[in-house]
Amino acid sequence: MRVGVIQYPGSNADYDALHVLRDVLRWDARYVFHKEQSLAGCDAVVVPGGFSYGDYLRPGAIARVSPITAALIEFAQSGGPVLGICNGFQILTELGLLPGALTRNRHLRFECRDVFVRCEQAGVFTPSAGTVLRLPIAHADGRFVVDERGLSELEDRGQIALRYCDAQGGVRDVDNPNGSVSNIAGIYNEAKNVLGLMPHPERASEALVGNEDGRVMFAALAAAWSASSEGAS
Amino acid sequence: MKVEVYVTLKREVLDPQGDAVKRSLHELGHKGVTSARVGKYIELEVADGTDPAAIRAMCEQLLANGVIEDFRFELS
Repeated sequence: MRVGVIQYPGSNADYDALHVLRDVLRWDARYVFHKEQSLAGCDAVVVPGGFSYGDYLRPGAIARVSPITAALIEFAQSGGPVLGICNGFQILTELGLLPGALTRNRHLRFECRDVFVRCEQAGVFTPSAGTVLRLPIAHADGRFVVDERGLSELEDRGQIALRYCDAQGGVRDVDNPNGSVSNIAGIYNEAKNVLGLMPHPERASEALVGNEDGRVMFAALAAAWSASSEGAS
Repeated sequence: MKVEVYVTLKREVLDPQGDAVKRSLHELGHKGVTSARVGKYIELEVADGTDPAAIRAMCEQLLANGVIEDFRFELS
């Protein structure tokens, strides 16, 4: 599988993503610099974590003026799998590819630790519902906000991908690290080809770092991709 | 001409920064403060006669995120 990892000025998890895709999973992964204007040849795209454009104005807001943006929107709207991690999630909401917004954490602290998330919806980046993963988070602006109508739409359409939970998968407010509405840690777009999440699966995908839970998300992508290539051939 | 843009969180969006400001003011003895909301102030210099509709477009496209923020602006 060929995967592009978009590099913005201020991205800092771009190498983490490239490393896992290329060196751990042995996929054909490459950087796509934000000044490029094409994602041709990519089967999937990762919008990585970091602080694109220094978080100026709002996290993810300035990325919309990057030359790669038009190609990213076209790729997503034509059904290409797009994974937005942390700042990547913020960018995808700012671009309108995902609903809602990411705001300052409820307790104003930068949260840097492992959390548990429960998979709510199997999909192109997620394993079967009920799967509990331990993944690291590192953010100050991860409180997912959407109005009541938007929340019921997300629920009705099965767009809620991941919720913060305890080690057994119980969803309680005490396990919500940032105050996100309904403990939401990750959401799909309506077509389910775009996932944004605050936790970092790419930082928990090899034994060397003591946690491989994140790999199941890339395994889900591989399974979806091979199923779709078989369907196409 | 100068444009002054004010961007504020929508009323229904929790503002933990504003709450921290309110608590701090209380600590300093200003007990009468019942609410604090923190927003942004942006100054633009634009050509004289710029259509306010263009300013509105700037706010909607970039300066404010309509999902969580309101904006207003003044021309001078």
